[in-house]
Amino acid sequence: MSAHSAGDAPEMWTTRLRRRAVDALPPEKLLPDTQPSYVASWTYLFGALTIAAFLVVLVTGVVLGAEGPQWWHVSSTGLFLNSLHLWSVELFMAFMVIHLWGSFFMAAWRGKRALTWITGALCFLGSVGTALTGYVIQQNFDSQWISTEAKDGLNSVGIGSFFNVMNYGQMLVFHVVLLPVVVSILVGVHLLLVRRRGVVPPLDAVTDEAQEVTS
Amino acid sequence: MLALPSFVPASAPVDLNHPGHYLNWGWVQISVANVVVIALMLALFALAILLPFPKGPRR
Amino acid sequence: MSRPVDPAQDWAGPTRPYDLLKEVVICVIVVTLLTTGLAVVFSSPDVPQITLSTWANSKPNDFVATAATELDGTSGSATYGAPYNDTKDAAMKLGPLELQRWAGVTTRVDSVNDFVVRPLSGVPGAPDLTTALDQWKAADRTQQQTWASAYDDALQKATDQDPAQVAAGDYGPVPVMLTSLLKMAQSGGLDGALLTQGQFYRTDYTRPLLFIADGTYLEDRAVGEHLAGEQWGMMNETGNYPGQAWLWLYTLWYQIEPFKSSGNADALVWGLMMLLTAGFVLVPFLPGVRSIPRWVPVHRLIWRDYYRSQRTSSTT
Repeated sequence: MSAHSAGDAPEMWTTRLRRRAVDALPPEKLLPDTQPSYVASWTYLFGALTIAAFLVVLVTGVVLGAEGPQWWHVSSTGLFLNSLHLWSVELFMAFMVIHLWGSFFMAAWRGKRALTWITGALCFLGSVGTALTGYVIQQNFDSQWISTEAKDGLNSVGIGSFFNVMNYGQMLVFHVVLLPVVVSILVGVHLLLVRRRGVVPPLDAVTDEAQEVTS
Repeated sequence: MLALPSFVPASAPVDLNHPGHYLNWGWVQISVANVVVIALMLALFALAILLPFPKGPRR
Repeated sequence: MSRPVDPAQDWAGPTRPYDLLKEVVICVIVVTLLTTGLAVVFSSPDVPQITLSTWANSKPNDFVATAATELDGTSGSATYGAPYNDTKDAAMKLGPLELQRWAGVTTRVDSVNDFVVRPLSGVPGAPDLTTALDQWKAADRTQQQTWASAYDDALQKATDQDPAQVAAGDYGPVPVMLTSLLKMAQSGGLDGALLTQGQFYRTDYTRPLLFIADGTYLEDRAVGEHLAGEQWGMMNETGNYPGQAWLWLYTLWYQIEPFKSSGNADALVWGLMMLLTAGFVLVPFLPGVRSIPRWVPVHRLIWRDYYRSQRTSSTT
């Protein structure tokens, strides 16, 4: 029995979890250094570009948060950071939608990948919600108008009191903490699912036994 | 008393703070800025599909 | 012998080397450069906030007219219904569902006291105002309503809604209260009073925002910036900045019938969008929708190298 493993102790939760995790995502799947030869199009780049933009959004957001919500109104460096945050969000949404178009036309939900599509769709929706909370915490004319308008849609279905876009304190916490955590978790699950299932093969792909790699 | 910004930001090289330009087709109204963004996205998608992708070595 | 690939199985066919980490790092560098370039060239918008003070100084007649509707309970927020108050039949309906009303009055706003009486009660050294407030508080609700409605009606009829042009009548303490409120707003005192409502720490701007949105000053400025609902405003940003293009479908419905002229537009559009959103999330399970990639064969372009190599190998 190795010093690092309890050996045959399958009833242990820890062992069971570790085995399931490693089965689902062995290191070669988690960090592969090969990809199927059909992954040969620039469209495949847009997922990575979306993640990259997300990272820039987060980093610029952290700086803006660290300096406090008034900073960008009173400092030219702050305004520049705000501009970085705004344009990285525009790029993030653009790349995400292009990634969505590609995934749709490749019917990327095939082969037990429905959850990958679903988590991706939820990432999009979560991002739209996060963007709304961002717009209403700007403390300028934009946020005054957007909050007084958005309240009507939310109130019409009865959630405007729980999610009160005019409640600055609540919206700030949603934007800076709650929604980024939710979106990050969704992005993480989405990524792990892509790694677990691999990139979806082409529609009507056929395999030639002679081509199969047996290793 | 009027609320003034605490600093007046220097103008960006391309100042987008002027009154917006909008396009109208019947009941559709869209800003030039949004049209540019959407057009760029469509162009990027088309290019991504059509541009040849370098073929690496096969294993 | 060839057979269809099962997309649920791990790919056993040809592969190529692929540096995942390098790809991500390059993407981060590219996006950082792009973002920096855009930020340097275009900056970002920051149209200054309007205060009750700017409103009261720029459009004093509109300010007083709005305050009059708060006092007689005819303003937008006073007649809104849930979650702010109990106005009968105010709630939007989604077919038989009255989700707005069912949620209840969970953020109670009293337009008379929150917007007018309580802020005025804090104003020191104004004997006329003190007398007026005493008169108001001593009267019963019916009398208060009578005064307020009479003044509101008279103000609507005055030229330019100018309080100085209001016909003589029995308005009780209302004219003095509203003139004092205007002065308080113009000096900047009302902004703080509406927000804090006598407390120290506040982070909830519901009351100042509801009050400002009841007037026409905020809306006129928004229309000028193409941000109003019927201008596809949800998609737009001030100036020439790109806005929220991803909201195109949400705002589209408001531009067409039956939503355009419906009093329940918000509820109807939300209901429709929630349905479409569920459809979007569940595409893999929707027959027809999930077959669109076959009918619109963009994939034949994306995977053209693969299909070409399949044709080649099948002929050898």
